[in-house]
Amino acid sequence: MTVVFSMFLLTLLLITAIAVVHAGNLFVAVMLSGIFSLLLALNFFLLDAADVALTEAAVGAGISTVLFLGALSLTTDREKSPSPHRLLSLAIVAVTTLAVIMGTLDKPSFGDPEAPVQVHVAPWYLETTREAIQIPNVVTAVLSSFRGYDTLGEVFVVFTAGIGVLFLIGRHSGTKPQDIGPPHGEPSGLRHYLIPRLIGRMLVPFIMLFGLYVQFHGEYGPGGGFQAGAIIAASIILYALLEGEKRALQVLPRSVLVGMISGGALLYSAVGVAGMLMGGNFLDYSVLLDDPVKGQQIGIILIEAGVGITVTGVLLSIFHAFAARGRF
Amino acid sequence: MSALQPHLPALQVIVPMLTAPLVALLRERQFSWLVTTAASLCAFAVAIALTMVVLEQGTISYEMGSWPPPFGIALSIDAVSALLLLVVTGASSLALIAGATSLQAQCESDRQPLFYAAWLLALAGLCGILVTADAFNIFVFMEISSLASYVLVAGGPDRRALPAVFKYLVMGTIGATFYLIGVGVIYLMTGTLNLADMEVRIQQVGEFQPFLIAAAFITVGMALKAAIFPLHVWLPNAYTFAPHVVTVFFAACATKVSLYVLLRLDFVVFQQNVGGHDVQFAYFMLPLSVLAILIASAVAIFEANLKRLFAWSSVAQIGYITLGASLISQAGLTASLLHMFNHALAKGALFLALACLAMSVAKLRVDEIGGIARRMPWTMAAFVVGGLSLIGVPGTAGFISKWYLIQAAFGAGSVGIALIIIILISSLMAVVYIWRVVETAYFGEAANDEAREAPLAILVPTWIAVALNIFFGLHPNLPVELSSRAAAVLLGTGP
Repeated sequence: MTVVFSMFLLTLLLITAIAVVHAGNLFVAVMLSGIFSLLLALNFFLLDAADVALTEAAVGAGISTVLFLGALSLTTDREKSPSPHRLLSLAIVAVTTLAVIMGTLDKPSFGDPEAPVQVHVAPWYLETTREAIQIPNVVTAVLSSFRGYDTLGEVFVVFTAGIGVLFLIGRHSGTKPQDIGPPHGEPSGLRHYLIPRLIGRMLVPFIMLFGLYVQFHGEYGPGGGFQAGAIIAASIILYALLEGEKRALQVLPRSVLVGMISGGALLYSAVGVAGMLMGGNFLDYSVLLDDPVKGQQIGIILIEAGVGITVTGVLLSIFHAFAARGRF
Repeated sequence: MSALQPHLPALQVIVPMLTAPLVALLRERQFSWLVTTAASLCAFAVAIALTMVVLEQGTISYEMGSWPPPFGIALSIDAVSALLLLVVTGASSLALIAGATSLQAQCESDRQPLFYAAWLLALAGLCGILVTADAFNIFVFMEISSLASYVLVAGGPDRRALPAVFKYLVMGTIGATFYLIGVGVIYLMTGTLNLADMEVRIQQVGEFQPFLIAAAFITVGMALKAAIFPLHVWLPNAYTFAPHVVTVFFAACATKVSLYVLLRLDFVVFQQNVGGHDVQFAYFMLPLSVLAILIASAVAIFEANLKRLFAWSSVAQIGYITLGASLISQAGLTASLLHMFNHALAKGALFLALACLAMSVAKLRVDEIGGIARRMPWTMAAFVVGGLSLIGVPGTAGFISKWYLIQAAFGAGSVGIALIIIILISSLMAVVYIWRVVETAYFGEAANDEAREAPLAILVPTWIAVALNIFFGLHPNLPVELSSRAAAVLLGTGP
């Protein structure tokens, strides 16, 4: 049954992808790519990859759609005339696709328990998580402890993206925060649309609560800092869309956001350095407390908090950087 | 020191990386420059310490989070990584010292802290790629270094940098994605991401086709990022429109780190396990290298924009590096790795000299610098020495790697003779494009009467680079020793 449903979703995914390429109107393309992400999230969910599904839904379908729209509001929603090399591009894409298919011909069949990925490192992860970390979500254990260095790297990727956007379009426009937004007298956001505004305002606290749940429940169920950061940022972006960017900046001013961007990354790093100072290697959480299991758990909670803070800060900074230049 | 020593591999990455968020919080331009330069110099010191340990004891490993590989992520530093760590951290430090004056003219004061934060991230990303022993971790740090380099290239006052950086971004992202596809296929077939473990488990799988596809994706992806001909189209404009000190940093090391990933995966993981792959690699790389050397040098001869001229020359020099590697021999790889080191010295010195020139000359074009040597004697003298090193005149660092390359070509039979002729022709082409600049600057009609010698703060780092060119031309022991050990590591014959 799963296979049939997967096939159905993958077919839809393919159709959506082709539609995105075909769409001449970029607004349509952005909407379709949001649908693409949702379909992909469903696929991940069917494959029992709930953590990845949650991230894809929050970031791919949610935040990146908003950011794309922000970019469109600064430029235009019409595609430039198609390039003359279309046939060549098509040929290259076709060859690449064939290569990918060839590369996966000999792969172990779907769900094979004897596949290399199932028998090599996975048993060790399952075993060690139960013994040394004692949390139910093995994915969280892999992400934040066994491969915590990769996750630290990913936080810094997000951090770099935030720095980059702030550097390129954030600061030098010459406008002070109070000048930003529509001219005087004109209501900003969706203030004159009563129904979306009322419903939206009711949603904001619940989205935020769900974000916090995802953040702090990451050790037990699907979730963690990346997803939570995206969800919390989404709730504030929704508030900004309803009430205008200015009100959202009153809640979380730019200086606080910059502090969050750096602070989260620094919190994560500080946990790593603390491990080093207390006699372990970098990012060794076992030495943080006398009981190594408790040490692992507190380490994971702290670094997940760092992830959440940085992701929220970066996503909101990017949103505000776009919003300050154009009008949502 | 002794307490720090076991942590050196981690410190190499985390010193610049953890300084970045601190610098991003700073407001003051000069202080943020100071902190950044200090962090970069610390990283350089760590690289020197690591090199010393590697020369003494061979490979050093470090387990992140104390989890053993292949379950956790391990760092591992051998002669190949040590050689490139020296280049990356050294180039970053020199460029930053020069940046104190050069950047002030090119980047608004209030944006500079963020610029320096991006610089540290680029440095940390490049170091992270070089120290890790994990294929996915390479990808993570590649993302950090790439994103940060897009920011740095776009950091200057020239708005033409933006389309250039967009091209760089699109091509770089395709390159990184191809790499990830390759790693994904390997993971599917072996269940591991650790490079050493991969090497062992690929042998056990025994089927070649998926690995050949993986090798193809990784090779093309890294060739894109390393600007290997004909995938170099992003490079000339990105280098031309970037702030001058950013060009110094990237010309010296950014493409070389991608080459490192290519060589490391191809030689260690694929060639030793996938039958006949070394021949495929040679057939693929050799003609492209020759084309890169000849075509890019020819373009450089006719280019009037000085920075673009040397960007094209970089494409040609990358050709020398891949040429040495495509010989698949101890001598060839030694020459190739040695040239990474020496080319970084020569190009670093040249682009630093150009940064000096830019202090007085608004447009860095051949026709704008007539007679400038009379007004900027120290700058142009530095340029001449850098140029001699690039050509490969005896007594400079460039000579050593050309000499090793020619020796390696001698060992390659009849093809080798043709290669030697090509190397000589292209060296003559380098003479032509360097001479054109030198002739205009020394004997041309004065085009600019306002020019004054560049300030000491930027001349000093330039002359340090020049001095290193001469020093390593006369005493090449350290880079030669490191390169030949590194070649042995890549060929699987050394420790």
